[in-house]
Amino acid sequence: MELLCPAGNLASLKAALQAGADAVYLGLKDDTNARSFAGLNFTPAKLQEAAELTHKQGKKIFLTLNTFPKPGEEYRWYQAIDLAAKLDMDALIVADLSLLDYAHRHYPKLPLHLSVQASATNLGALSFYKETFNIARVVLPRVLSMKQVRDLAKVSPVDLEVFAFGSLCIMAEGRCHLSSYVTGQSPNTGGSCSPAKHVRWEEQGQDRLTRLNEVLIDKSGLDEQMGYPVVCKGRYLTEDQDSPQYLLESPTSLNTLSLLPELAKAGIVSLKIEGRQRSPAYVEQVTKVWRQAIDTYLNHPEQFQSQSHWEQALAKVSEGQITTLGAYERNWQ
Amino acid sequence: MNISLGPLLYCWQKQQVIDFYQQVATSHIPLVYLGEAVCSRRRELKWGDYLELAQMLKQAGKEVVLSTLALIESPSEYAELKRQVENGEFIVEANDMAAVYLAQEHKLPFVCGASINNYNRASLDILQRFGMKRFVMPVELSKSWLSQVIQEKPIFEVEVLGHGYLPLAHSARCFTARHKQLTKDSCQTVCRQYSKGLLAQTQEQQPLLRLNGIQTQSAHCLDLRGEMASMAKMGVDVFRVSPSSMECIAMADNLVDALKAPESLPYFPLNAEQCNGYWFGEAGVAIHIS
Repeated sequence: MELLCPAGNLASLKAALQAGADAVYLGLKDDTNARSFAGLNFTPAKLQEAAELTHKQGKKIFLTLNTFPKPGEEYRWYQAIDLAAKLDMDALIVADLSLLDYAHRHYPKLPLHLSVQASATNLGALSFYKETFNIARVVLPRVLSMKQVRDLAKVSPVDLEVFAFGSLCIMAEGRCHLSSYVTGQSPNTGGSCSPAKHVRWEEQGQDRLTRLNEVLIDKSGLDEQMGYPVVCKGRYLTEDQDSPQYLLESPTSLNTLSLLPELAKAGIVSLKIEGRQRSPAYVEQVTKVWRQAIDTYLNHPEQFQSQSHWEQALAKVSEGQITTLGAYERNWQ
Repeated sequence: MNISLGPLLYCWQKQQVIDFYQQVATSHIPLVYLGEAVCSRRRELKWGDYLELAQMLKQAGKEVVLSTLALIESPSEYAELKRQVENGEFIVEANDMAAVYLAQEHKLPFVCGASINNYNRASLDILQRFGMKRFVMPVELSKSWLSQVIQEKPIFEVEVLGHGYLPLAHSARCFTARHKQLTKDSCQTVCRQYSKGLLAQTQEQQPLLRLNGIQTQSAHCLDLRGEMASMAKMGVDVFRVSPSSMECIAMADNLVDALKAPESLPYFPLNAEQCNGYWFGEAGVAIHIS
């Protein structure tokens, strides 16, 4: 089982490799990927450096090209594919049909991973992408229960990668317009979810108001632990309740350490750590824990138990310091 | 340009749904989408009921398209989808790539719904080769984006959601059940209580979202009726009304009549409960005044 870690910059990439990642994923410094934050990602020269560094250590490097090309500017995405092929990327992570088509026709030997942004959750969708573009792997959206993951793994024509740890997207990825509805910026078109330039905090008496493009998405105490502000983790009012509630989800992170044996038995080939926007220290900490956990499992599969010091280390770097199994656990749904 | 009626996205009582489509049958709306597109746990109407309604509408002279689920997770949902695509009489609106796959396998034409990410012409042309006869634009795209996509006239038709609450997201979690302290597996189809979804407001009483089971919609109602003339001119073939009440039928019917004289369409002023931002390249919730 591969441990796949995020790299927002070279420092994170080095930290991930040092801490035991089998593979890293990263994006270019532009809107060809859905984590287009200022100060993040790689220029072509840095990407080359990253590729050389990773390959020298015998590890793998995947380029994320998971936005949908803008009409009239498609060539920029095609150029990114050309670059990935030139730099011997071990895989491309893609969601858009035209990009899958371009890569498949021009670089049939370059493995294609279907990005989570393509929202492929079932046998029909996977068969479509496999038969049309010969994808090698799919990154499953965070909407399937463990049983559904198992069922899909039994029949899937491609390898499965799942999110193991990190920020919890509660919507079918690639099909969530909550950010663009409020801010006009969409992860699909090269922005990011809830871009920082639209976030504003304001203190009012004992309260801290969190605004996204002036829309009030939460009101909290000044000492409350808050996550990064996104529409789906705000507190709102309904017609039949007086107090504001987390109607969709509270600020929590995904943590599947306890599911590791089940994921392994299901035949999942890769465990993805979310967080290209996080610090090298986060990447190092999370990678270290997951490396230990995977190795512990592989050495003695039958005796595996998630250890409390792992959980504590992960909770420390989690949003709101609370973790959940998310949709993997049927009752969460 | 024609008017279509999108599928009912809410969970209404069976008799209400039947009444709704009987009234649709007497309208001039030429194109009707129907079927459960949100949640497989809703069983007010079974597949057979939808087929019967589809046949009734066909006999009334409508073009009928069967809408399918946007989120297909379990093997049973996939099996059901297969049955729907293979119905032998009506084409489907594919709201997930699984439906595209099945339609293509059976060499059947299909409509590509707005929840399939089609952001550029090259992608649309691929789907056209697989049998797509019409595409519904993703809701977050703008007039200027679309005009570039269809600059060269395509051989597929173009449909735009023009009126109704915007479908913004789908989740594994049922927000309506959660609000009622129920799990999805024992939800009692509690979404029946909210005929237009459950309204969520900010703590400043600004309407923001509408929770419709596993689907999240906009609280504001999209209204692009004022853009119909320019849509027709740029090559949009179908203007979709997404219904949320019986009154939507008469409203859509009036639009069919109004479009007979596209040069003298009435003025449609927007109120504070409406929005049109996406079409003008702004935040979806915004009201753009031309």
